[in-house]
Amino acid sequence: MQTCTGKGDLEMKIMDKLKTLLAAVLFAPALVFPAAAPASEEAHLDRAPDLSGDKAALQNGARLFVNYCLSCHGASALRYTTLQELGLTEAQITENLMFTTDKIRDPMTIAMTPADAKKWFGVAPPDLSLVARARASAGGSGADWLYTYLRSFYRDETRPTGWNNTLFANVGMPHILFDLQGEQVLGADGKLQLSAPGKLSAQDYDKQVADLVGFLTWMSEPQAEFRKRLGVGVLIFLALLFGFAYALKKEYWKDVH
Amino acid sequence: MATNSNFEKYKSGGTLLGNVLEWVDARFPATSMWKAHLSEYYAPKNFNFWYYFGSLALLVLVIQVVTGIFLAMNYKPDASLNAAGLPFAFASVSYIMNDVDWGWLIRYMHSTGASAFFIVVYLHMFRGMLYGSYRKPRELIWIFGVLIFLCLMAEAFMGYLLPWGQMSYWGAQVIVNLFSAIPLIGDPLSLWIRGDFVIGDATLNRFFAFHVVAVPLALIGLVAAHVLALHEVGSNNPDGIEIKKVMNEKGIPLDGIPFHPYYTVKDIVGVAVFLALFSIIVFFMPEGGGYFLEYNNFFPADPMKTPEHIAPVWYFTPFYSMLRAMVWNFFWLEAKFWGVVAMGGGVAILAFLPWLDRSPAKSIRYRGPIYKTLLGIFVFSFLVLGFLGTKAPGYLVFGQAWLNGDVIAQALTVYYFLFFLTMPWWSKMDKCKPVPERVTWK
Repeated sequence: MQTCTGKGDLEMKIMDKLKTLLAAVLFAPALVFPAAAPASEEAHLDRAPDLSGDKAALQNGARLFVNYCLSCHGASALRYTTLQELGLTEAQITENLMFTTDKIRDPMTIAMTPADAKKWFGVAPPDLSLVARARASAGGSGADWLYTYLRSFYRDETRPTGWNNTLFANVGMPHILFDLQGEQVLGADGKLQLSAPGKLSAQDYDKQVADLVGFLTWMSEPQAEFRKRLGVGVLIFLALLFGFAYALKKEYWKDVH
Repeated sequence: MATNSNFEKYKSGGTLLGNVLEWVDARFPATSMWKAHLSEYYAPKNFNFWYYFGSLALLVLVIQVVTGIFLAMNYKPDASLNAAGLPFAFASVSYIMNDVDWGWLIRYMHSTGASAFFIVVYLHMFRGMLYGSYRKPRELIWIFGVLIFLCLMAEAFMGYLLPWGQMSYWGAQVIVNLFSAIPLIGDPLSLWIRGDFVIGDATLNRFFAFHVVAVPLALIGLVAAHVLALHEVGSNNPDGIEIKKVMNEKGIPLDGIPFHPYYTVKDIVGVAVFLALFSIIVFFMPEGGGYFLEYNNFFPADPMKTPEHIAPVWYFTPFYSMLRAMVWNFFWLEAKFWGVVAMGGGVAILAFLPWLDRSPAKSIRYRGPIYKTLLGIFVFSFLVLGFLGTKAPGYLVFGQAWLNGDVIAQALTVYYFLFFLTMPWWSKMDKCKPVPERVTWK
């Protein structure tokens, strides 16, 4: 080290290392997350299919949400009009999906007040506007969590509702979709088994849950698809700007170098 | 030159625009300021990659101020619950996201801008350490910089409370509680900061006032002082030598080039690259993998439900690690107090760097192996401290029992402070190479 190495070489080496280090810092989260996942999240999450852009699936999800969830849970950040982005017309929304209000500009709220809900259920059912983002973790996306959760209810007579959940122990919510899925019981091996079939086969039930979760995910950020499309345009613009800026810099700096 | 340009006035050539400028110049130092700070501010011609981050920090400041103004138009600092049972503050962020035109973009730019600010500023500070930019005569520039960093931390901390999510709430609860560890005045002090016995509506309102008025004012004033002090003494460069030592007959440094147009056109290239990286986050991963927007913060603040693991946002985690590293009660004071001392000291010690460093050479290019080695370990320590700060106590690195995160954080905290405290000795001992008279390329 003490020998007179060309300072240029040495510094280049250090700079290279520092740049690598910088890249490591910026990308470390991506590498660290999967490795750290099992430690923090003991529960295994099933992967929810990505339904973004699948309008038929999302429309079905909206129908399920309005029929099964929207009596107890609000989605106050979303307005009924926004559902048009799923390819629905105003008439379709008004006739099939709007049970809580007659104004299509209204947010998707429920009639029950939080105070009443607390009195009746012990805990007010949370607003679900952002649930798909809030439930994300190192172990998986919020969609994965919801997809696993809605398929993990089982009969438990010790609970006031008669239901429990392997992902969310002692959950306050009963199994709202049980007529579709049927009843599951927790086996001695800790695995869930179907004890009484519902209206749907296991595959069909999973498909319906996937649609519902897809809708919840869309709802948590309705502008997500547009955001990504716009991003491509912005990056193309910045690439052009970079080209011009670089040429301008080269031109000016001719007389410096 | 900055010293004699205050009397330079613009002489109109007779055009309308020229006449207007001459009129203004007779009443305001427009032309002389333009010259002193841009067209006749001579910067060393050998700036490299590391010199982009000063102008980028200024760009991010502008992004934060402009997006912040538009956010403040629609945000409501109100902790009470709306009809749907959500806090108004939390719901107003959703309103910005879903109902305000382009609100989602403004919000993501602001939230990404916060992290971008720290990335850029950390790199900017590291540049100073690489090339000795804090050394005489630039001590005040460095001190203003440390104060800017401090303001930035306060600004980010108070801004993080505003969305009123779970992490906002509990993060603020943890940090404000730290003040109660200070002997005698601790409890009344933390009560005074919160304006309540817990984080509440009063806290939210005062943090909003500080976040949008008080701290930005201080920040902008300090940035002005930082730049003015820089332009008074002139910029350092990767060789760590004074370009003003070698001037031509007009008093212009031979190795200097006017900031405008040379560095303005160069910085635009940096801006384009920065904005591309910034846009990748904003448009394709605005949550930054849970590091820029923490997932738990999409739950509204709930004073009755403490999250299992409260982690500050990534840019605070190196200092948060230092806080947690102190687990012993020294003298009659509890460990928590020493944690606060370590965290505050970790920032404050930076201000003394100009006087701790006694090396004959400023730039790492001409400094010896001791500095290069110790600085390398320092950077590594800081990054590992930052990583460990995002983890729960008791974290095992690579799942290995012998790599206990808590013990590693303690060791690295000791190294962090020893690096500075022992610097006066080893920086003098280090074998430096001869420093050239004129700047070099690469």
